[in-house]
Amino acid sequence: MMALAFHLQVVNLLAALLLLISFAMLSQRRVVGLVTLFAWQGAALAVSTAIVAGTTGQYHLYYSAALTFGLKVIAMPWYFYRLVRKLDVNRVVEPLINIPTTMLIGILLVIFAFNLALPISEMSGTVTRSTLGIAIACVLLAFLMMITRTKAIPQVIGFLSMENGLFFAATSATYGMPLVVELGVALDVLVGVFVLGIFIFQIRETFDSLDLKHMEKLKEK
Amino acid sequence: MSTGILLQAAQTLLAILLAPLLMGWVNQCRAWLQGRSAPSIVQPYRALRKLFHKDAVLAHDASPLFRFAPYMVFASMALAAGIVPTLANDLPFSPAADVIALVGIFALARVFLALAAMDIGTAFGTLGARREMLVSFLAEPALLMVFFTASLISQSTALPVIVATLAHKAFAIHPSLAFAAVAFWMISLAENARIPVDNPTTHLELTMIHEAMVLEYSARHLALIEWATAVKLFTYSALGIALFVPWGIAAQGDVAALPLALAAMVAKLAAGGAALSLLEAVSAKVRLFRVPEFLGTAFLLAVLGMLIHFLLEA
Repeated sequence: MMALAFHLQVVNLLAALLLLISFAMLSQRRVVGLVTLFAWQGAALAVSTAIVAGTTGQYHLYYSAALTFGLKVIAMPWYFYRLVRKLDVNRVVEPLINIPTTMLIGILLVIFAFNLALPISEMSGTVTRSTLGIAIACVLLAFLMMITRTKAIPQVIGFLSMENGLFFAATSATYGMPLVVELGVALDVLVGVFVLGIFIFQIRETFDSLDLKHMEKLKEK
Repeated sequence: MSTGILLQAAQTLLAILLAPLLMGWVNQCRAWLQGRSAPSIVQPYRALRKLFHKDAVLAHDASPLFRFAPYMVFASMALAAGIVPTLANDLPFSPAADVIALVGIFALARVFLALAAMDIGTAFGTLGARREMLVSFLAEPALLMVFFTASLISQSTALPVIVATLAHKAFAIHPSLAFAAVAFWMISLAENARIPVDNPTTHLELTMIHEAMVLEYSARHLALIEWATAVKLFTYSALGIALFVPWGIAAQGDVAALPLALAAMVAKLAAGGAALSLLEAVSAKVRLFRVPEFLGTAFLLAVLGMLIHFLLEA
């Protein structure tokens, strides 16, 4: 085993933590727990991005890290907590597929992602290339979470968690996207969350529930 | 060689004698956290002494297996306590069993306890034995996965090599070990009949697992089983320390490091016991049908640790 520099070991540890949080989100039944986990995921992402920035001298990554911290650790979780309190939806909700099965599917996804990332990371020249597999796994797990949840807020959080995974993939494969792109994405996500927040209110106004099953009624016969 | 045997005997005896103290410490911490006045830390010793002085009562239908099982359980746990390095590494007993055989020793004790529970033929004993088997058949593969992760890092399934790799070589962060450690913690909770899988203080028929199995035992038999339970908790704690935080365990033949090793062990066990009681104070027992989910999560974490080892560390 080749010895890695200490800060890269910390990045690897944080990457592993990201994956762990993704799994914790899959198994979480309560919305508030989901929001807290999402905040932790953002925090791990921000710290690892900052460490990569310091290691590689890619100073624009500092801005990305700060942006991630501000948006995904403070602003969005705060907004979600408020939303959950207002809508009073913090109950235990069973996902469509039961949780042990979801976990097993999750493991298969992780194996798939690791295999997928292996040839890509061999071509990449970054010091963080080995974490690419974890990033892809995070994206797929978030996707799985969106599929297995029927309520609106967990789906939105799944979407945001997917964005986290993509951001991490960009950092590990190419030291992040250009700053302009990242600013654009961050703004998009922020606006998206607010729009979805309003949308969630509207769904509840119309159907008296946040279960997206009811939206199937909207289909034209 | 003779120092080795002496050390081995001392370590095994220390583990067996200190085990009720650890139990007492956990109970004390938990009482503090729950705002009750705590029992003395030596309360488990008093309970054992009381039980040893009582006359044993046996059911009419009890077969010899029923009387034999407590000794078997205690002997298995004592053997396990001798194999896991607590003070010094690479003692004469350690080649007797690697981590996989260690799982087998725990399983041996469990099988005897379950058989004895079913031997009397009461409903509770059978119920407890079945539940215990449900828990253990899920916990065992997860435990093996944890051991495999540790073995992959040190390229050996022998405990002394695993300890030596982590404790006496250059420091490196192993993300896979972090996963394995969380998984191991969850498995230990299940295997030692702690909250959230089982409540060690309950006698409520709907929820008890371990207590249901030993319901028919009395006096010296019960004392041996209680003591074996304490030794099991101690051994699992020592195992966790050896796998994940082995710093301080004396290297082979390093007698001068023993006082430090003893201090480190006591400190780590005290911290571990306090953490265990904190966790028990803040969490609730889960329904029995949620236990497979709990242990499935432990298995998942252990497998993830292995996968991450291949991705990040291989």
